[in-house]
Amino acid sequence: MNDAASSPHLRLEMLSQARLLSAARSMVGNFAQRLGFNEVECGQISLAVDEALCNIINHGYEKRDDGQIWLSVWGLEGEQPGIRVMIEDAARQVEPDQIKSRDLDDVRPGGLGVFIIHEIMDEVKYDKREQEGMRLTMVKRLSSDSRPTSSSNETRHEESSHSGKGGSDHA
Amino acid sequence: MHDADQIEVQSETRGDAIIVRPIGDIDLSRAPHLREQLSGALQEAEARLVINLDDVPYMDSSGVATLVETMQMCRRSGKKLVLCQLQDRVRSIFEIARLDMVFTIVENTDEAINA
Repeated sequence: MNDAASSPHLRLEMLSQARLLSAARSMVGNFAQRLGFNEVECGQISLAVDEALCNIINHGYEKRDDGQIWLSVWGLEGEQPGIRVMIEDAARQVEPDQIKSRDLDDVRPGGLGVFIIHEIMDEVKYDKREQEGMRLTMVKRLSSDSRPTSSSNETRHEESSHSGKGGSDHA
Repeated sequence: MHDADQIEVQSETRGDAIIVRPIGDIDLSRAPHLREQLSGALQEAEARLVINLDDVPYMDSSGVATLVETMQMCRRSGKKLVLCQLQDRVRSIFEIARLDMVFTIVENTDEAINA
């Protein structure tokens, strides 16, 4: 499988509608499973994607349901295999360093999304897109706790043999 | 509200407790409907609201926020909130958000009635 410099293995264009979240997280979760992540990790990667999309819907587009969101996913190989997810939008821009998680000691509804994303993913980076909107890039590496099944190993070989082919969050 | 934004919630009364059982994923789409359902159940509960999450395979922070809100409403009205039968994936978000020690979480409904 090619690295993140190439075209994504999966790309989804979706509207900023909460009812579409389940389709997006299923797509990412299923692909993560094929890459060899265990069940809990797949759930957590899906959760990180879900939280990022929720933030775009709630804060970026302020609950407008006609905003555009682009979700791109790569399977990473080499010395540090894993998954890279990029989420882009055309919503309002914020300074990346203003996107912070809140104090968890303050138990109240909401505001957990950014914290959850950082807890789950190994790399998290926010950028402003050139023209408009934000881009969130997240990486999760396979670890020794990841227990690929025999079927997922087969899938990875299969995908490798066909590898000739070649996103934002708001506080 | 679209049908996809609604969540089925079963409920039963046992003693002074109401046991509610949401069925399906709880995310940003469905959390508002769940909030309405839990608010209604809390008004009916005499002393205790038990939320059985056995049929909830997935929950995001919108669902967690709804439960935090419900916990706060319970405290204000002097009632107890107990969660039970969390699936591993759902338990995981409570642990990540460090809320597993904030909520009363038990194994099953019998324990929840007595917790």
